Amino acid sequence: MTQAFRLASGGRIDREAPLRFLFDGHAYDGFAGDTLASALLANGIHLVARSFKYHRPRGIFALGVEEPNALVETGIGAGVEPNARATMVEVTDGLIANSQNRWPSLRFDLGAAADLASPLLSAGFYYKTFMGPAGAWKLYEWLIRRAAGVGRAPDLPDPDRYEHSYAHADVLVIGAGPAGLAAALAAGRAGARVLVVDEQVEPGGQLLNTAYAVNGRPALGWVAEASGELDRLSDVRRLARTMAIGAYDHGYVACVERAVPVPDGRVRWRERIWHVRAKEIVVATGAIERPLIFDGNDRPGTMLASAARAYATRYGVAAGRRAVVFANNDDAYRTALSLAEAGVEVAAVLDLRHDPTGALPALARERGLRVMSGHGVVGSRGRMRLKAVEAAPIDDPSNRQIIECDLLAVSGGWNPALHLYAHAGGKAAYNTSLAAFVPGIPADRMTVAGAAAGEFTLAQCLAGGARAGVEAARRAGFAATHPALVLDAPEPDADLRAGPLASPSRGGKRFVDLHNDVTEADLHLALSEGYRSVEHVKRYTTLGMGPDQGKTGNILGLSVLAQALGQEVPMVGTTTFRPPYHPVSFGALAGREVGDLVVPLRKTPMDSWHEEAGALFEPVGQWRRAKAYPKPGESMHAAAEREVRAAREGVGLFDASTLGKIDIRGPGATTLIERVYCNNFSTLGAGHGRYGLMLGEDGMVKDDGVTVRLGPDHYHMTTTTGGAAGVYVWIEDWLQTEWLDLEVFLTSVTEQWAVATLSGPKARAVLAPLTDVDLSVQAFPFMAFREGRVAGLPARIFRVSFSGDLSYEINVPARHGLALWQALMESGRPHAIAPYGTEALHILRAEKGYIVVGHETDGTITPMDLGYEAMVSKKKDFLGRRALSRSGMSGPERKHLVGLLTKDPARMLPIGAQIVERPSEARPVPMIGHVTSSYHSPTVKRGIAMALIKNGRARLGDTVYLPLLDGPTLAAEVVKPVFYDPENARRDG
Amino acid sequence: MLLIPCPWCGERVEAEFRYGGEAHLKRPDNHLLCSDETWAEYLFMRRNPKGWHRERWMHLAGCKRWFYVVRHTQTHRIAAAYKVGEAWPALPA
Repeated sequence: MTQAFRLASGGRIDREAPLRFLFDGHAYDGFAGDTLASALLANGIHLVARSFKYHRPRGIFALGVEEPNALVETGIGAGVEPNARATMVEVTDGLIANSQNRWPSLRFDLGAAADLASPLLSAGFYYKTFMGPAGAWKLYEWLIRRAAGVGRAPDLPDPDRYEHSYAHADVLVIGAGPAGLAAALAAGRAGARVLVVDEQVEPGGQLLNTAYAVNGRPALGWVAEASGELDRLSDVRRLARTMAIGAYDHGYVACVERAVPVPDGRVRWRERIWHVRAKEIVVATGAIERPLIFDGNDRPGTMLASAARAYATRYGVAAGRRAVVFANNDDAYRTALSLAEAGVEVAAVLDLRHDPTGALPALARERGLRVMSGHGVVGSRGRMRLKAVEAAPIDDPSNRQIIECDLLAVSGGWNPALHLYAHAGGKAAYNTSLAAFVPGIPADRMTVAGAAAGEFTLAQCLAGGARAGVEAARRAGFAATHPALVLDAPEPDADLRAGPLASPSRGGKRFVDLHNDVTEADLHLALSEGYRSVEHVKRYTTLGMGPDQGKTGNILGLSVLAQALGQEVPMVGTTTFRPPYHPVSFGALAGREVGDLVVPLRKTPMDSWHEEAGALFEPVGQWRRAKAYPKPGESMHAAAEREVRAAREGVGLFDASTLGKIDIRGPGATTLIERVYCNNFSTLGAGHGRYGLMLGEDGMVKDDGVTVRLGPDHYHMTTTTGGAAGVYVWIEDWLQTEWLDLEVFLTSVTEQWAVATLSGPKARAVLAPLTDVDLSVQAFPFMAFREGRVAGLPARIFRVSFSGDLSYEINVPARHGLALWQALMESGRPHAIAPYGTEALHILRAEKGYIVVGHETDGTITPMDLGYEAMVSKKKDFLGRRALSRSGMSGPERKHLVGLLTKDPARMLPIGAQIVERPSEARPVPMIGHVTSSYHSPTVKRGIAMALIKNGRARLGDTVYLPLLDGPTLAAEVVKPVFYDPENARRDG
Repeated sequence: MLLIPCPWCGERVEAEFRYGGEAHLKRPDNHLLCSDETWAEYLFMRRNPKGWHRERWMHLAGCKRWFYVVRHTQTHRIAAAYKVGEAWPALPA
């Protein structure tokens, strides 16, 4: 096909650059500068889609971002982009595009049976139809999700790259139409740092679509001059193809820039998100035309009047051979005149108003166009393409006449694009004569100008834009000394008021929201079923909830509701605009934060060793930690049990580098430690450490760890891996805001120290050859600290144990971590040393009944609940002390930490399993607790578990029951939570 | 994303900070002897206003200082930021 609908001349396409593309497998020709929509229209193609719900044939309806129908899929394979607006896709040579939501083909779509069944698919049909038997939904949902919908996401990884960039501006101007350019010039000339973003390929906004004049010359000449001047100003930057998608707090605006498309699709980046922080924002986003409500208002060949005009003016395409213009306002006459000028036969202009008296209707009549005032479209004909409309006087709708046409250009007036203004907190006000919302209560740091402010004439846009630019620059601290722009833009005196938004009904389908297939009847049904709030009606009917967010349909919907309720539109209200203005790809949002870069991965200094040893890793916070070191063919559990046996019977080596570490120094250090731990530290001498328990002010266990006194005013505090940052912030909080008298400095040293823990009866034998420190029990007792050399490295050695066996926790500066580890492994070789991971660590500690904060505690557990009452100091004040004596903090209602032994030693209890007293009791059975930790212990050769049970210490020896969700009810005996070496006989080796 | 004026470092994005809730809570004097009600009031009850709010922030990814901000909880406008120990700026009308 050879562009039969391309006009002989005109348009901003490059006729010297022909190109060829595929749509649904057919090759078509176009020109550089075309959108997919304009190129298809040039080839006479209107039918491009099937509708969301009824699968009705749909055509290209609009010009750009507001397009509700023409959603297509572009690209192939992993590069497929679903739901692209044909009106926004720049055509390149070799572009591949396909229609969506149809099977087997666009012209013959079996899903169209839904249209015949439409009486069953009215508003709320989900809720009404599928109340049925439980479980049936699972069947229906699959069918519905397949039948209704839009594009399919590719199931391959996205091969493209996406970027994020940051920009700061004194004045951000959104939109490079007449108002935006004027604002940018005014602010830029004042010396402000200006950023202009515009979603189009080139600046000009509506001036690209309609032949206007500025200062007596074609407006596009002025656009070129203005953008040229902006480009010469050193502090002004323009970004094309860049759409502002959301305005947030404090001048933060997110924009998405599309790459310049290239024929082979291999762009350096596909989309780039700009995080813009601006002192002032000028919103010059223009307005979006809305359609009208009438019977059969969705036939392919029906489009917005402004779009029909723009396809002719900007792209040199006649969207039809014979057109009818149907409108309620003067602006649509520009379309009639433009089409006539382009050689399209304009069969009639139907105007819902009785007496259009403006200069444009007069001009149309003067040019010989047939203007039928007080008339509307009351029906349409043609299945895959419009063939004719039925026109009738609105006061006598049955008096129809058939007007043959293949293009129906519709205009119901214009809606200012207030989305960004609303995101930023602006409150719109309804303007009755425009039948549109315009800016009301202003948004922070934001000025709305031009058509977005309801200033619809070019002269208003230019003047309002310049004014907004001056004001924004002034508020951003720049004296706008340059004279305001002198711009003269005469145009016919247009009547900007919008007339009625609907034609009389003759019982046909009257769409309000084309994308979501919401009809006027759906809205009436919602009202008759008792819905009143626009927010409820919206959700019930899905009005405005499609990916276009009702850009063309919302005001129509509100007007239908207002009329039916006998209220004014502002009384019915408007729904809230939320970001994004237009759908954003996940790829763009993710940017480079994909794959390994999703979350920063923290690795210990010994990580490479673990990796080479084939460790299985697990994430702990942002760290990755070795969970176990399975040998070939060994399962994780088998490996962990082997590692436990090594650490019990011989010696194991554990990488404890992730522990939180805080260096605490200063004359107030001891006082600080005393206040943040509930147990006594005042008696701790230098060279010794102690296990400490931290409570919140609510008395609940917050964190735990060993703190070592390195010197008189110097401590080394360890925290849990996950709690490190929180503990640091919390102690700083007390120091900086409450305990200003304490002279103490905290330094987070988590990443400064690498920690290797030798554990097991042979730990001393492994360490001794490497160190000058005397390791004898007398010289280096349990909980002592020594400084010395290990393998020639400066080291701090702590004799603490989290397994119950003899342990040395060896700290060296992080850069020596790997060398230390290798030396210890080497020295341990004669003793069959085994590295062990976190799984073995957890089994070892559970055998001893040691808690893990976050397993045995959950923010509601006190030291008494854990059985640690003896630790809690009676002599000193500490954080959390007052709360411990509140009512409810003691008594039989509290849960206690206990151990559980299943009656069947081979059975394992699932972590989180609920515990009941009497399983046969009528449901709901009262639950008395839950399992917090559960492992198979290779040491005691049976399943062991820890649990929090109501009044658990009074139940020692009792049997409790655990009804499993998909299994039997298990019985377990309540025991003390220590399963191994309760006398602590093993800690000295 | 808020732009928070750290009194030590200047305006920085919210992601650099930790929020600390309502500011200037008074820990009861002689708290070990105060009533459960008084303690609970301090521990749990917050003003949660719709309007201007004195609150605490810490510049964790910066100077690590705790300080105070006067923020409007509905509009997110920030009227002032001040250091510990400084006079409280008046709430905007």
